[in-house]
Amino acid sequence: MSKAIQALQIRNLRKKYSKVEALKGVDLTLPQGEIWALLGPNGSGKSTLLKCVVGLVKADGGEIEIFGDSPSRRRKGQIAFVPEVENLYRWMTVRQAVDFTAAFYADWDGARVAGLLEFMGLDQNKKVSSLSKGMRARLKLVLALARKAPLLLLDEPFSGIDPASRDRIVEGIVRQFKSEEQSMIISTHAVGDTEQLFDGVVFLDEGTINLQGNAEDLRNQYGKSINDLFKEVFA
Amino acid sequence: MNIDFSTSIPIYLQIIEEFKRQIVTGELRPGDKIPSQRDLATQIKVNANTVQRAYREMETMGLVETLRGQGTFVSQNQGLVEETRIEMVTNLVDEFVRAVQALGLSREAALDLVKNRFSELEAKKEVRDR
Repeated sequence: MSKAIQALQIRNLRKKYSKVEALKGVDLTLPQGEIWALLGPNGSGKSTLLKCVVGLVKADGGEIEIFGDSPSRRRKGQIAFVPEVENLYRWMTVRQAVDFTAAFYADWDGARVAGLLEFMGLDQNKKVSSLSKGMRARLKLVLALARKAPLLLLDEPFSGIDPASRDRIVEGIVRQFKSEEQSMIISTHAVGDTEQLFDGVVFLDEGTINLQGNAEDLRNQYGKSINDLFKEVFA
Repeated sequence: MNIDFSTSIPIYLQIIEEFKRQIVTGELRPGDKIPSQRDLATQIKVNANTVQRAYREMETMGLVETLRGQGTFVSQNQGLVEETRIEMVTNLVDEFVRAVQALGLSREAALDLVKNRFSELEAKKEVRDR
């Protein structure tokens, strides 16, 4: 029997910023075709972990395999990463931001964009600077979902945005996510009412994973929602 | 379909329960087409893999059948509605029996109480329906 290839396999990943140990030997497995939540309070190491996978941060030790290969230039092209920080030029219109991003990626699916923008309630002619934080978050998601990247990493897409935008983003992911060809990790410090989105969850606390598993199995095992488990683990 | 999720119970089980309820109450009849997995996932904003798991279980249970290229349908199987009804009520009765035992009421007293409550609630309903 051949071993199933995982979307992402991380072993003993370590990273230290001067004296602060951001990741203290993290092991993580993301099965193909699933959406996992990377949960933890601010400063738990979520962003560092994602950035190590994308190659924006160099780990001090450990292994990362993406679809069974060690990271390479080619592999990086297969990852769509949405950082938490604002990465849009504010002087552009929505249309310009779309065209600008499209120019970078060979896997861009232009046919998807119009429908996504409409679903998200984004006006193509509006300036990025005139959009609310929630609308900018929606636009960032559109730019990631418009790519056919097999691995999507979203860093805190729900952070500090209005409930309506959060709902749209959850629904947008449910609509667009193709489990036959994509896998996804979404980091968040608040599970709230987004937990029905996840196949699995990873609890990261001060650089250490203290619980991970299939979301339905965890609900069954503990008789608790992921949100309540989260509160308990980080109490 | 509208599910008011309790997230402390596996979501796929709640989806199955909702389909069973609809089959028992007649909202869904044998042979009726149910939504595609993706449509249901979008409608109730739940991960498509979770919906897929619910559908797979329902197929194994014989509740629904998927016909290639046509969709998923409530089974035509004779007795499905009655079997499902008995199964759902049995689960409720089991819960009731355990609770009654825990509270220390005798079987006879509990059964009398059940009969009385049936009479009272049915009488009330008749007044209301009049």
